[in-house]
Amino acid sequence: MIPAAFEYHRPTDMAGVLAVLEEHGDDARVLAGGHSLIPMMKLRMAEVPHLIDLQDVSGLGGIDVRTGEVHIGAMTTQTEIIENAELAQVCPILKEAALQIADPQVRYMGTVGGNVANGDPGNDMPGLMQCLDATFELVGPDGTREVKARDFYEAAYMTDREDDEVLTKVVIPAHGAGYAYEKQKRKIGDYATAAAAVTIVSDMGKCVQASIAMTNLSDTPVWSEAAGAALVGTSLDDAAVDAAVSAMLGDIDPTQDNRGPIEFKKHAAAVILRRAIARAWSRA
Amino acid sequence: MSNKMHIKMNVNGEEQEFLAEPRELLIHTLRERLDITGPHIGCETSHCGACTVTIDGKSVKSCTMFVAQANGKDVTTIEGLGGPDDLHVLQSAFKEHHGLQCGFCTPGMITRASKLLEENPNPTEEEVRFGMAGNICRCTGYQNIVKSILAAASELQAAKEAAE
Amino acid sequence: MKDEVTTREDRVEALGGMGCKRKRVEDARFTQGKGNYVDDLKLPGMLFGDFVRSPYAHARIKSINIDKAMAVDGVVAVLTAADLEPLGLHWMPTLAGDKQMVLADGKVLFQGQEVAYVVAKDRYAAADGVELVEVEYEELEVLTDPFAALESDVVLREDLQGDGNGLPDGAHGPRKHHNHIFYWEAGDKEATEQVLEEAEVVAEETVYYHRTHPCPLETCGCVASMDKVNGKLTLWGTFQAPHAIRTVVSLISGIEEHNIRVISPDIGGGFGNKVGAYPGYVCSVVASIVTGVPVKWIEDRMENLMTTAFARDYWMDGKISATKDGKITGLWCHTTADHGGFDACADPTKFPAGFMNICTGSYDIPVAYLGVDGVYTNKAPGGVSYRCSFRVTEAVYFIERMIEVLAIKLNMDASELRKINFIKKEQFPYKAALGWEYDSGDYHTAWDKAMKAVDYDGLRAEQAQRVEDFKAGKTRKLMGIGLTHFTEIVGAGPVKNCDILGLGMFDSCEIRIHPTGSAIARLGTISQGQGHATTFAQILATEIGLPADSITIEEGDTDTAPYGLGTYGSRSTPVAGAATAMAGRKIRAKAQMIAAYLLEVHDDDVEFDVDRFVVKGAREKFKTMKEIAFAAYNQAIPGIEPGLEAVSYYDPPNMTYPFGAYVCVMDIDVDTGVTDIRRFYALDDCGTRINPMIIEGQVHGGLTEALAVALGQEIAYDEMGNVKTGTLMDFFLPTAWEVPNYETDYTVTPSPHHPIGAKGVGESPHVGGVPCFSNAVNDAFRAFGLTHTHMPHDHWRIWKTANELGLHG
Repeated sequence: MIPAAFEYHRPTDMAGVLAVLEEHGDDARVLAGGHSLIPMMKLRMAEVPHLIDLQDVSGLGGIDVRTGEVHIGAMTTQTEIIENAELAQVCPILKEAALQIADPQVRYMGTVGGNVANGDPGNDMPGLMQCLDATFELVGPDGTREVKARDFYEAAYMTDREDDEVLTKVVIPAHGAGYAYEKQKRKIGDYATAAAAVTIVSDMGKCVQASIAMTNLSDTPVWSEAAGAALVGTSLDDAAVDAAVSAMLGDIDPTQDNRGPIEFKKHAAAVILRRAIARAWSRA
Repeated sequence: MSNKMHIKMNVNGEEQEFLAEPRELLIHTLRERLDITGPHIGCETSHCGACTVTIDGKSVKSCTMFVAQANGKDVTTIEGLGGPDDLHVLQSAFKEHHGLQCGFCTPGMITRASKLLEENPNPTEEEVRFGMAGNICRCTGYQNIVKSILAAASELQAAKEAAE
Repeated sequence: MKDEVTTREDRVEALGGMGCKRKRVEDARFTQGKGNYVDDLKLPGMLFGDFVRSPYAHARIKSINIDKAMAVDGVVAVLTAADLEPLGLHWMPTLAGDKQMVLADGKVLFQGQEVAYVVAKDRYAAADGVELVEVEYEELEVLTDPFAALESDVVLREDLQGDGNGLPDGAHGPRKHHNHIFYWEAGDKEATEQVLEEAEVVAEETVYYHRTHPCPLETCGCVASMDKVNGKLTLWGTFQAPHAIRTVVSLISGIEEHNIRVISPDIGGGFGNKVGAYPGYVCSVVASIVTGVPVKWIEDRMENLMTTAFARDYWMDGKISATKDGKITGLWCHTTADHGGFDACADPTKFPAGFMNICTGSYDIPVAYLGVDGVYTNKAPGGVSYRCSFRVTEAVYFIERMIEVLAIKLNMDASELRKINFIKKEQFPYKAALGWEYDSGDYHTAWDKAMKAVDYDGLRAEQAQRVEDFKAGKTRKLMGIGLTHFTEIVGAGPVKNCDILGLGMFDSCEIRIHPTGSAIARLGTISQGQGHATTFAQILATEIGLPADSITIEEGDTDTAPYGLGTYGSRSTPVAGAATAMAGRKIRAKAQMIAAYLLEVHDDDVEFDVDRFVVKGAREKFKTMKEIAFAAYNQAIPGIEPGLEAVSYYDPPNMTYPFGAYVCVMDIDVDTGVTDIRRFYALDDCGTRINPMIIEGQVHGGLTEALAVALGQEIAYDEMGNVKTGTLMDFFLPTAWEVPNYETDYTVTPSPHHPIGAKGVGESPHVGGVPCFSNAVNDAFRAFGLTHTHMPHDHWRIWKTANELGLHG
């Protein structure tokens, strides 16, 4: 497994990144942690004549917990997410999810930006970001724009990001919600057979707000608005949970792979969602 | 395409400088260019961890890093952890507790474990199993690897307490 | 040298001989990153080879154009079948008497098959060259199902069609269809069918043991170096049988055997993957001959999983008959064996289905029949013994599933059924219905110990409660109790019936004692992690009375080691271990004469005592082995040649039959199919125990490989013959997180015919573990009407089972 040759760029600022992107168009790709892209290059399934390593680009790292929202630089690693105590206070679901991604070595390298930007339906962060209603910041030749995670994903490996843009930041609104990231996988290092991100805000025993997103059950992450809505206004009685699960099942579109046939994935998705809802509710 | 670049890195405390194609994988740099053959190639898709090294304080699978990315970094391999005259506690613990058989995963396993114990000097069995889950062993069934790491942790703790 | 102050126990302990938990001498280099694996080897001017492989499972090759590849900077040569044909090397013999294409000769028969071999200055240039070799294929109809293959008009092996006057015989007799390889049988078919017909109870089941792969962490590879000046070929490689490789290389290359040196350096796990001869070896040798410089070939993980050495893929139709009260009266099995595109199974010549005829297991079954049909399909060749002795794992899986199926039919407890039918201690040596003579066993003792250790009755009570709770809606988890009592047949084997490619399966040990009382011993085997350098020294320490720490064990270099058939099928201890003991005894016999001379008594008046010979009745008069060694070299002794050396070639009189009793307790989430191994108890009886620490390590490892195979590890194909499990994302190798802690235990029933009574243990836990995990899954659903469900028991298949039983409401 040997990659094809490429030209390597290691710019130190965004202007440098954009210049290479502008010059080489879709012959250029940015590299963050590399644990999705490099295996694809080694298998020669991704051809990248110009590789732009983002590691020295200033301003792409850092976790900034502000009032009302959290800013996470695209180059922030999963390990940094896990180890950040402040973040664990205000947005604990990030740590819970990050710990279920890949393995320790991969988490040292794997970044939030890479995970959300490359559009792999197996990645965990995209669904989570949809659940949390995060906003992605994209920088391109025309400046900076913001896109909602819920609007970002179009198909497998196809996103709203243009070839000459770079995803630089994720902004997550703070929430005081109960939460759960529940994932079924075959082993450590595997993608999800089914995964669910759930947040629930309760007031006086009633659910006042709920958000539900599913991972690896379609060619994009699936934020199921209807599933969340089914819980709002209820005290999460069986009927409400059934309605949420049923709404979610209407929104996903899994395919058969080595993890199992479609019927199984739907069943697993339902079970995982029920567990996630129960756990989130217990924390709400 | 022969666009070799100038690379500098510190490996096991020694400065290294050479020209290399940027696509060269770090594991090949170590093994073939620098003759540091402790880290091994097992799966090539970053699942098995046989190629694990420490780079700037992180456990990294060196089969999934280009040499260009490692330019300017500090790299530590099993060879840098300890040798005949200054064995690392983990190196002796793996022998003492039969934590290896064919030995192929061992350098990556010990290198990863050394980082794990730095970050978590007093891990539970569960924490060891979770923290070592990026390294596959086909021979031992892990039971004695876990035992070796826990024993090394105790020994390091005891040494630390004795020093205090 | 006098040491009267030490006690006998001290002296025994100082030897580090058999029975002690000696730390491994191999570990210093491995823990310090100083192992010496084949890919660590670097020779001046060395080139690197890489394969162009077929993306199709069945296709005709219309053309191969190497021009663009040759233009790549650093590419030195591109070999195709056309280049090998003049040398007669475009095909090679397989271990099973078939032949296999080295490089595609007109067509390809499986995805990943070797089509061209690119030689370049490094692996990067080689990979670039591989990308640019242009191959035009014409796709052909693909056969991935062995039953369909036997009905199909599509001819897979056109080379075996003969001249139009009927289908020529294969290596194992007549073939009944062009995609058929052999039919082989054991036992008495007619008598068995008669018994089945008249039986009070007959249970039937089809048991599929899916295709998987040994997948050692180190892939296969070699370095070939042809020294044209001296006419010598040196071949380093991941060889579990270096001498056999030397002989095969000599036979197919025409280079005389004394001009070939095969070296197995450290091997990063084998598990059967590294027994066979692969196209990479042949191409590397040819490339080195052509270029005159060393050539290295190391396969990558995908190549490893897709091409070298699959295991299993047996469809086993079974019938087992019994009386109403559970006494088994007969066993019938017909197996359809999918061998892929070429028959490259690693089995002794007379056993095309290996030792599948051990499938009567641990039970006293009066009559049995086994028939096996081998079939060609568009899958990779192989059929290796993945941590087992030649299809023993298939046999044990089959019988241990059939016992459970029969227990269900009889509405009987599966432990009770086993106890009724175990071969009794006093029946050994026991002649089994399918031909083997079991050497020794005490199954009831082992079983009772296991049942007591796990509180079997308590477990069943807990399980019954769980079923009730499940039915009452209090839990969604079921509990499975997996039982297995396995009997292996290992240590191949007696030359009278065991050979591979005509090479008798004896093994060997040569010992040289140095004047100062240390020693080197060389063996025909090769460790791949089993710790031979540690354990064989222990055997010798006990046999010759020199400390294990003073004995170097060396294996794997055919220029120095005596000829032997290598390490696989748990044969090292049963065969080479026996040779070691026998060679040690030759040393001791000479030492006795020297001691008698030195002590000025008759030979018969001295006796061996731990580390010395003592004068009978006057134990204070003695000569230590160390003193004897010195005298052997440095003192003129009338009638005795100087020196102290011995060699033994050991042809075992029989196989050995290790056994064990395993229990697995598993919780199963019926909604997700997720399993949780709550407890695993493994009692092994491998006869005399040489190093308990190493035995325990082997058991842990074998059980973990068994867990993987039973719960998810497979080589799966789609209907186009594409491999679906080509990387470690999909090919299940568990991590520390998915693996439980195991409880180990033992009984000791020595082999009566082995010099030290040892039977071998490396493969037992795998062979016994697979059915034990599988039985636990099946057992969990027994209360809901399940008789049998196929492995691998991954999440979705367990879910499917639960779903079909109506457990999802």
